[in-house]
Amino acid sequence: MVKYIGKRLIYMFLTMFLIATATFFLMQTLPGSPIASYNKLNQTQRAIVEKKYGIDKPKPVQYAIYMKNLAKGDLGTSFVFKGKSVNDLLASRVKPSFILGAQAMVFGTIIGILLGMLAALKQNTIWDYGSTFLAILGVSIPSFVFAALLQYWVATQWHLLPVGLWNDGWKSSILPSIALAMGPLALSARFIRTEMIEVLGSDYITLAKAKGANGFEIAFKHALRNALIPLVTVLGPVAAGIVTGSLVVEQIFAIPGIGEQFVSSIMTNDFATIMGTTLFFSALLIIIIFIVDLLYGIIDPRIRLSGGKG
Amino acid sequence: MEKILQVKDLELSFHTFAGEVKAIRGVSFDLNKGETLAIVGESGSGKSVTTKSIMRLLPESSSEFKNGEILFNGNDLTKLSDSQMQKIRGKEISMIFQDPMTSLNPTMPIGKQVMEPILKHQKVSKAKAKEVCVDLLRMVGIPNPETRIKMYPHQFSGGQRQRIVIAIALACNPKILIADEPTTALDVTIQAQILELMKDIQKKVDTSIIFITHDLGVVANVADRVAVMYGGRIVEVGTVDEIFYNPQHPYTWGLLSSMPSMDLAEEKLYAIPGTPPDLLNPPVGDAFALRSEYALQIDMEQAPPMFKVSDTHYAATWLLHPNAPQVDPPKTIIERMKTFRGSRYYEQATGGDA
Repeated sequence: MVKYIGKRLIYMFLTMFLIATATFFLMQTLPGSPIASYNKLNQTQRAIVEKKYGIDKPKPVQYAIYMKNLAKGDLGTSFVFKGKSVNDLLASRVKPSFILGAQAMVFGTIIGILLGMLAALKQNTIWDYGSTFLAILGVSIPSFVFAALLQYWVATQWHLLPVGLWNDGWKSSILPSIALAMGPLALSARFIRTEMIEVLGSDYITLAKAKGANGFEIAFKHALRNALIPLVTVLGPVAAGIVTGSLVVEQIFAIPGIGEQFVSSIMTNDFATIMGTTLFFSALLIIIIFIVDLLYGIIDPRIRLSGGKG
Repeated sequence: MEKILQVKDLELSFHTFAGEVKAIRGVSFDLNKGETLAIVGESGSGKSVTTKSIMRLLPESSSEFKNGEILFNGNDLTKLSDSQMQKIRGKEISMIFQDPMTSLNPTMPIGKQVMEPILKHQKVSKAKAKEVCVDLLRMVGIPNPETRIKMYPHQFSGGQRQRIVIAIALACNPKILIADEPTTALDVTIQAQILELMKDIQKKVDTSIIFITHDLGVVANVADRVAVMYGGRIVEVGTVDEIFYNPQHPYTWGLLSSMPSMDLAEEKLYAIPGTPPDLLNPPVGDAFALRSEYALQIDMEQAPPMFKVSDTHYAATWLLHPNAPQVDPPKTIIERMKTFRGSRYYEQATGGDA
């Protein structure tokens, strides 16, 4: 097990290195410059500004410097926010994003699992069709449409919750979390329904019935854990969906999170911040996928044991 | 003998897209206390469906009791509610399934699976249940049960898993144990071990067993009585000796003839011609008539009733009607009948005056 984790960690670092390199060189091909009034400056002024930010040096040298700093955990200095390091910039914005993401993930998967189970247990009834309909809506309607609808009805029409911003405590997080949760909710509902139907038809469920287990025990004690196994596999991509979803949803709700930061940094060509945010998101995803793989082993004893010896 | 279970005129249908499949078409039998009743028949004859309907394990959405009753402890099992059935399943009647590789929950330790019915049906503490569980596993022949209860099904072999399934079935000392082809998925040596185990257990816990199989060799080994099923009906029922040595129904003749025999090594193995009847449109008369070389005209028109051969032996074939023509069964069957006292071909062991 330790050997397995060690191997995975090495791969994770390798992946991060490749992402950093690729992003760095892709950034150089972006049109425009982080210096807002680039065209208004004369030759000397440009040279001074470029020297100040270190973009006068040849690209390979810039790359070497960036990677050296990155190895120390320094993501560089923002081009736009004067004198602010990208690390500080991200740190101040991690909390809202993390709260939204975690809430959306937990709410989305739990409700999705329950809906999927309901659909499977009451197959071909109104419950099944209802939950399938919800799931299709969740998959096909983008999160920003939900966001706008929630803002319109819940916030401006019914005045139940704030329409946006991050100044009303937990209340501010409810609407964006729900908007974000629709994707994972729909996905897990679909997955659990299919898997549950298959598991409920298996011999060990018949044996559980033959033992005298009631419907609740069969669904939660016997079927759920087995039906969860394939869902765990897609939880990685689900998490990715939340991360990308948050880029847009944070913007709509004007929440000072990382997603919002990411979008605005792209607007202003803030190279260092774009790099920093990209790397942060990548690291997050890689870690989530790693955790998902570990979860796999916890849920399915067959994987745990064969992986343990490897 | 005390009757523990009575099935009377049971009729059950499945609703499918193609229409109504009449899987059981009037099945009646009794199960006596402490006996082993084997139900034999080919695939699709309704043997599994019959026992699953006793446990009410068939999907309620697609199956329907059309007629008849299943009497157990004075209750008609076809009429009980789900929660009443849950109190009977695993406690009064329990079941062993065909494929031990798939009948245990892969994500639950086996100890927990064995303890489940104990905790469910008996008011005992967890520690006590664990004790019972360890004893059960030892009884069915799992070595070191104390340590192995924490293991998962994939860490056991097929034979061991079937032993665990048997332990689960026996957990609450059921009055009836239904074994649905419990040895079919196992290799021959393990089959013999599992059969021995079941016979031992029956002596120890005094339970009645319904044993479903299509393997007549197994039947001869374990059963007291045999019911032969064909096309959703019981066509012949009797003691093991009566079925093996004085069979009356042409289908039973076919079954016995298609059993490989050591004595007749050079002979070609007999196979019953044709295919089982389509239960979407079951035949009007004797369901076996179309495949039987002994079929009479009336077999095509009217289903035969059960004719009495002896107090314990009944067969549903018009050949037993007083007006039916006398026909001779296949040669191998006559050979068998010669050894059975009471059959019309009986010959004294001295080889005398038949």
